[in-house]
Amino acid sequence: MIIKGKTHKYGDNVNTDEIIPAQYLNTIDPNVLGRHCMAGIDGAFAGKVKPGDILVAGWNFGCGSSREHAPVSIKGTGVAAVIAASFARIFYRNSINIGLPILECPQAAAIVTGDVLEIDLSGGLIRNITQNTTYQAGAFPPFLQQVC
Amino acid sequence: MTITEKILAAHTGKEQVQPGEFIEARVDLALGNDITAPLAIAALRERGITRVFDPERVVLVPDHYAPNKDLLSAEQCKLVREFATEYEIKHYFEVGRMGVEHALIPEQGLVLPGNLVIGADSHTCTYGAMGAFSTGVGSTDLAAAMISGKLWFRVPESVKFICYGKLRPWVGGKDIILYIIGQIGVDGAHYQAMEFCGEAISDLSMDSRFSICNMAIEAGAKSGIIEPDDKTVEYVKARARKPYKLYHSDPDAQYAKVYEFDLRNLEPQVACPNLPENVKPAAQLADVQIDQAVIGSCTNGRMEDLRTAAKILAGHKVHPRVRLIIIPATQEIYRQAIREGLIEIFLDAQAAVSTPTCGPCLGGHMGLLAEGERAIATTNRNFRGRMGHLKSEVYLSNPAVAAATAILGRIASPEEIIDTPWVDGY
Repeated sequence: MIIKGKTHKYGDNVNTDEIIPAQYLNTIDPNVLGRHCMAGIDGAFAGKVKPGDILVAGWNFGCGSSREHAPVSIKGTGVAAVIAASFARIFYRNSINIGLPILECPQAAAIVTGDVLEIDLSGGLIRNITQNTTYQAGAFPPFLQQVC
Repeated sequence: MTITEKILAAHTGKEQVQPGEFIEARVDLALGNDITAPLAIAALRERGITRVFDPERVVLVPDHYAPNKDLLSAEQCKLVREFATEYEIKHYFEVGRMGVEHALIPEQGLVLPGNLVIGADSHTCTYGAMGAFSTGVGSTDLAAAMISGKLWFRVPESVKFICYGKLRPWVGGKDIILYIIGQIGVDGAHYQAMEFCGEAISDLSMDSRFSICNMAIEAGAKSGIIEPDDKTVEYVKARARKPYKLYHSDPDAQYAKVYEFDLRNLEPQVACPNLPENVKPAAQLADVQIDQAVIGSCTNGRMEDLRTAAKILAGHKVHPRVRLIIIPATQEIYRQAIREGLIEIFLDAQAAVSTPTCGPCLGGHMGLLAEGERAIATTNRNFRGRMGHLKSEVYLSNPAVAAATAILGRIASPEEIIDTPWVDGY
C-alpha cells in the first residue's frame, strides 16, 4: 500500500496529553477527538491538517498516558500515517490495534513541515519527494504483521 | 531468569522465556477506568461479545472523572456502570466505595505477588512493588484480555537499579524514582523492565515502593518491579483471598544494564516543567513561587504520604496566596486519616480535602490551573498543560516538600519547617 501526503513535523517526547488533552477525554467519538488533535502542542493543527497528510515527530512519540484516544484522535483527522524516530510502547501497540499506520525511522529527523512523502507501507520505504531522498523505516516484526 | 521473565514464563506455560521473544500470556487481572473502559466496552459490544472471560478477573474503577465532573463524564461512568451490571463484573467500584485504582486494587487484595496484571492505564506498572508483573495497555488490548483472558507481549529486557545507603529524613520512594528518571531520562528504560533492589529499596515501606514502581512508565519502561520480601508478605497476608507465589531473580539472571546509585546523601528531589526528567534538588528551587499544592494520586495518596504531610502541616497554615488540595487515594485511607486525626490537621492548616479521585492530576477536575499558574504536586506527570491551562506549570515532589511548599508559598525543603537533625550516614 502506497501513501502520499504532506507532512506536519513536531519534536521529541510528544506526549499523549499534548496529542489529546485530558479535558477532551469525556468522549470516544473519533471525529470529535480529531477536532482537538494535538491541541496540547499546536492549537492550529486540527484546522490545517488535511485527510491523507502525514504526521512526523522525533524520539519517544506518544509517551505518557495509555489513552487510546491519542491515536484515535490522529486517525480522526484523516492523517494517513505517523513517522517518528521512536514511539513510546503503549502508543505503538494502540496504533497497531486501531489500524493507524506508524513507522519507526530515526532518519525522520531530516523531514521538515511541508515535505511531500511517499510511503510504501509493505516495505517501510519512505521517499521524500521534496528533498529527493529516501529513508528506510523499520519493518514490523512478522508477529505484528499478522496482528495487522 | 529475572523475576519478570519467570512470571511471564509461568503465565505462558513455558519453562523459560528470552527477552525479545513474543509470547501469549495468561492474564490474572484486567483493569479499566471511566476514561479507558468505554472504548474497550464499545469493542466488545461491536463484536457481539456477551460475557468476559472471568467476571472475577475484570476490575472496573471509575476514578478519573468521578464523582462525575460534567455531563459527558456522567454518561461515560453510566456506560461503565451498566456494562458492569450486565456482564456481572464482580469488582466494579462505585463512588463511595472506590479509590484511585492503583491504590485501591492492592489495598483490596485483588493483585498478589507473582500475578500478571494488565490495565488500560499507564500507571498499572505500580503493582510491580508487590513482585507482580503489571503493565499499562490501551483500550483495545484491554478488550482482548477481557474477552480471552490472554494478551501478547514482547518479553522485555530487564535493567537493574541497585540503590545503596540509608536514606535521609524526608527522603522516600518518590525521591528515588525522580532521581533515577533524572539520571536516565524519560525514555531511559524504553520498553524495558526496571528492577529495583538494594538496601535503600528493602528499607522502604510498601507505600514508598508503590511510588517507585508507579513512575517506571515515566522512564518509558514497560514495567517496574521489586522482589517480594517480608514486608511484601506482611502487606499481602491480611488481604489475599487466593494463593500467590513469590518469584526472585536468579543470581545469574541477565540484565541489559546495571545501574548502581549511592543514595546516602540524596536530598528531596523536584521534577521541573515540562518533563519528569528535569530533576533538581528541592533546595535549589527556593525562588519558585507556587499558587497550588496537590497531595494525592496513585503515586503519593497513601497513608504514609498523608502522615508525612500532616507532620509538616501540624500547627501551620497554608500560605495565604496558596490553595492546598489533599486527596486521600481510597475510602479506607480517608477513614484511617480521620481516625488518626490527620484530616483535622489538614483542615486546621486550611487545606481542602477531597473524596478520592484522580481529578487534578490529569487536569480533569478538582483543582485545575489557570493561565500562568504554577503548582507543586505529588503526582507523576508535569507535561505542558497537564493540570490545566497550557500556560500553567507543574513541579513534582514528595508529600513533605509539597506540604512545606504550601506553607511557605515557594518551593521549600521540609527542614525549613521542621528542623531535622541529620548527620552523614544517618
